[in-house]
Amino acid sequence: MIADDDEKWLAAATSAVKQNAFYMQRAIDSNNLKDALKFSAQMLGELRTSKLSPHKYYELYIRASDELRSLEMFFRDETARGCSIAELYELVQHAGNILPRLYLLCTIGSVYIKSKDVAAKDILKDLVEMCRAVQHPLRGLFLRSYLAQVTRDKLPSIGSELEGDTETHMDALEFVLQNFTEMNKLWVRMQHQGPTREKEKREKERNELRDLVGKNLHILGQLEGVDLVVYRDTVLPRILEQVVNCKDELAQCYLMDCIIQVFPDDFHLQTLDVLLGACPQLQPSVDIKTVLSGLMERLSNYAASSVEALPNFLQVDAFSKLNHAIGKVVEAQVDLPASASVTLYLFLLKFTLHVHSDRLDYVDQGFGIKPSEHGSCVSQLSATGKLCDDKASKQIVAFLSAPLEKFNDVVTILKLTNYPRVMEYLDHDTNKAMAIIIIQSILKNNTRIATADEVDALFELIKGLIKDFDGLTDNDEIDEEDFQEEQNSVARLVHFLYNDDPEEMSKIIFRIRKHILTGGPKRLPLTIPPLVLSALKLIRRMRGGDENPFGDDTSTPQKILQLLTETVEVLSDASASELALRLYLQCAQAANDCELETVAYEFFTKAYLLYEEEISDSKAQVTALRLIIGTLQRMRVFNVENRDILTHKATGYSVKLLKKPDQCRAVYECAHLYWAEEGENLKDGERVVLCLKRAQKIADAVQKMANASRGASSTGSVSLYVELLNKYLYFLEKGNPQVTGETIQSLAELIRSETKKAESGAGTFITSTLRYMEFQRQQEDGGMSEKYQKIKMEWFE
Amino acid sequence: MVLVLALGDLHVPHRAADLPPKFKSMLVPGKIQHIICTGNLCIKEIHDYLKTICPDLHIARGEFDEDARYPETKILTIGQFKLGLCHGHQVIPWGDLDSLAMLQRQLDVDILVTGHTHQFTAYKHEGGVVINPGSATGAYSSINQDVNPSFVLMDIDGLRVVVYVYELIDGEVKVDKIDFKKTSTSNSAP
Repeated sequence: MIADDDEKWLAAATSAVKQNAFYMQRAIDSNNLKDALKFSAQMLGELRTSKLSPHKYYELYIRASDELRSLEMFFRDETARGCSIAELYELVQHAGNILPRLYLLCTIGSVYIKSKDVAAKDILKDLVEMCRAVQHPLRGLFLRSYLAQVTRDKLPSIGSELEGDTETHMDALEFVLQNFTEMNKLWVRMQHQGPTREKEKREKERNELRDLVGKNLHILGQLEGVDLVVYRDTVLPRILEQVVNCKDELAQCYLMDCIIQVFPDDFHLQTLDVLLGACPQLQPSVDIKTVLSGLMERLSNYAASSVEALPNFLQVDAFSKLNHAIGKVVEAQVDLPASASVTLYLFLLKFTLHVHSDRLDYVDQGFGIKPSEHGSCVSQLSATGKLCDDKASKQIVAFLSAPLEKFNDVVTILKLTNYPRVMEYLDHDTNKAMAIIIIQSILKNNTRIATADEVDALFELIKGLIKDFDGLTDNDEIDEEDFQEEQNSVARLVHFLYNDDPEEMSKIIFRIRKHILTGGPKRLPLTIPPLVLSALKLIRRMRGGDENPFGDDTSTPQKILQLLTETVEVLSDASASELALRLYLQCAQAANDCELETVAYEFFTKAYLLYEEEISDSKAQVTALRLIIGTLQRMRVFNVENRDILTHKATGYSVKLLKKPDQCRAVYECAHLYWAEEGENLKDGERVVLCLKRAQKIADAVQKMANASRGASSTGSVSLYVELLNKYLYFLEKGNPQVTGETIQSLAELIRSETKKAESGAGTFITSTLRYMEFQRQQEDGGMSEKYQKIKMEWFE
Repeated sequence: MVLVLALGDLHVPHRAADLPPKFKSMLVPGKIQHIICTGNLCIKEIHDYLKTICPDLHIARGEFDEDARYPETKILTIGQFKLGLCHGHQVIPWGDLDSLAMLQRQLDVDILVTGHTHQFTAYKHEGGVVINPGSATGAYSSINQDVNPSFVLMDIDGLRVVVYVYELIDGEVKVDKIDFKKTSTSNSAP
């Protein structure tokens, strides 16, 4: 209902304004001063209404003030034509009602100022005082707004053509300050008009008008002559006086923000004391943190954009002042939620990172506890305990991430003694997420963590990923994939924990191990392998050094290998036997390269034990055995006896594999164990052939079984024969004297006859083998073809 | 012209955190038609990454691979060439070219792609070509003392394949190329 009425009244008033304006314009056009004044006064009379809401009144005001522009121009023209301004000034005061009178006065007043007939300051003073006559908040506010608007271009502001001396500047300053003060008073008074139940509505309406008041501050900001001294000594104190004394929450909040946005940053820096000093004096309901955050943000941007200003920050000790101010706010506002206080410290942190990025101690302070100071992030949090508040958690993550992003160097973060303490306040999931962020920073920036102590500090930060939280071993809720990704991140991290100096690197390995071993059976299979491999890399480097700092004593690679034995053992307990076996074999090779025979032998023993006791799946056995044979084949460090023992066992395992074809293959692979390229004593031709013959017996058994069950594909076994044939050729070429042409021939015959019997499916293998044999026979280099001449190949189709 | 990327033995995260950045910036999606991977990725994240470079991804099982479902060997035809893929830990002695030749005869392929030694090789023998793209991350190997990150790009065009090998040496990517030709569509080498 009221809204409708509002519209109606506005419509009526607007049309009245339009009508009067029309007549006024006509009078202006015919140079009829008297009529112009009459109709303008009538037009302005519409602004006397009390019926409109502030929003609607504004619309009306705009209409009217627009029309007044032509009146102003008319006045100017009149004076140019010879009419005396003083007279005009006198004339307008005859308007019947005070509000129209004052509007007209302001209009003519501005022309007066421009004429420079009278001192500007006198007119300004006159006007600003006379406006006092309108004490109705809404009308007075708009009237003064008009005054400000119409005099604006007559004041000596930066970039205008009007210059003046210091006196003129001060006069203008005084004028604006006074207008501002009065406007604020009116604005505040609006709050107390009307019934309490409409308080909220009034506040909303007031909010819409705030820019009218703020405009004055903008004008102040533009005035010539408002330098730092004037600002500090006159402008700021006067404004703050009004702000504090008005005791109005809305005004205080808005105006503080206005001050910060309007005036230059270096002014703020130099008057920081004063500005911050006003804060505790404001109403308790004022949202100080927004004010402070706004200020800090501006100062941060200032620091970021102009490097020359940075020394000033130090000079005024901006950091301590801000820190102190925040402390006071937090102390005073007991109900401040954790997220709010963290936000404040977050802004302070960002400020510090921009301004004092070299002062880690400042950054650390922002994080930490200083008993003498008024509190800090951590002391604030310790009162609340672990955070369950999502918002606060998010802020803390932002808080912790800010220095990470700024420095891009986790090593710097590790120097902040209070950083881990802040992390403690996050709930488990957020803590882990933060740990991942830290790891990702390292991966992305290729950061090297180069000392054992830094490693310790780092693992302290990411301990949420490394081990279960106290009392919480229940991992059911964790998504399997997420868990793997987490642990893989930790695994990747290991490669960045590195130092060129072997001794320091050694220490690092030991420390990493210490931390990882707290991880529990789910984590170990993912985190132990990178540790082991990193250690093996170290061992290789130790061997590669020209000058062995440990003298002839090879104990340090030995020490590390010993450590690895104990480490991989843990894996086998954690039911990751296949992985453990592979790692033992890797270690064995490293021991081989270091010429540590006993150590290498021990690794093999352990691998064999695992094979015998833990690896039961047939496919797993086949692969594991292959790896054993492949590794053993490369070992050079064993004496004859040890080598024999290990080889014998390997062949033993081979014949015990579940499936006969696998047995056959494993056995012929064992043949390689008796033949190594280097060194004559590693070439045992007889044993090689024994192996191959044994393999052939197994192949025979397979063939028998295949033939017995007719229809069953016999391809597997013929393939085995062909494989064996190839192996014989291999050793023939290597010069094994025990491999005779006859052996090969008879095998070839066998293949031929078996292929004739049934579809062999090994057709292409046979063809390619035969082709190869023919090729070798044709070789021009005598050695090879000689060997192949031994084989009679009449049966070659 | 068909581009085939051959790489493997990345050993992420056991032995390396990731591929070298210089390699990653070269491996742009959409340029390559097939990827042949010798195995030992070892984790799903690497599998997914390779898939983004090219959806036609073939992998053979390495002894440290997390996914047990990769095959021990794989055979595929690209253009006029038959390619065989096998990680190589199955072939004893490891890295022995004659033993590898035997595998090649058994699979009956023109090009055998294999890994495990972390050492780039491109070797032509009676039965065809053996290519080892090395380790794409330069991962530690108990077999090879001095490992540089490397991978191979094969350009298959008719009966000709040009093998480009990319190696990261002292921070710089060095490229080399080798030409191979088949004399006919049957499986015989010149």
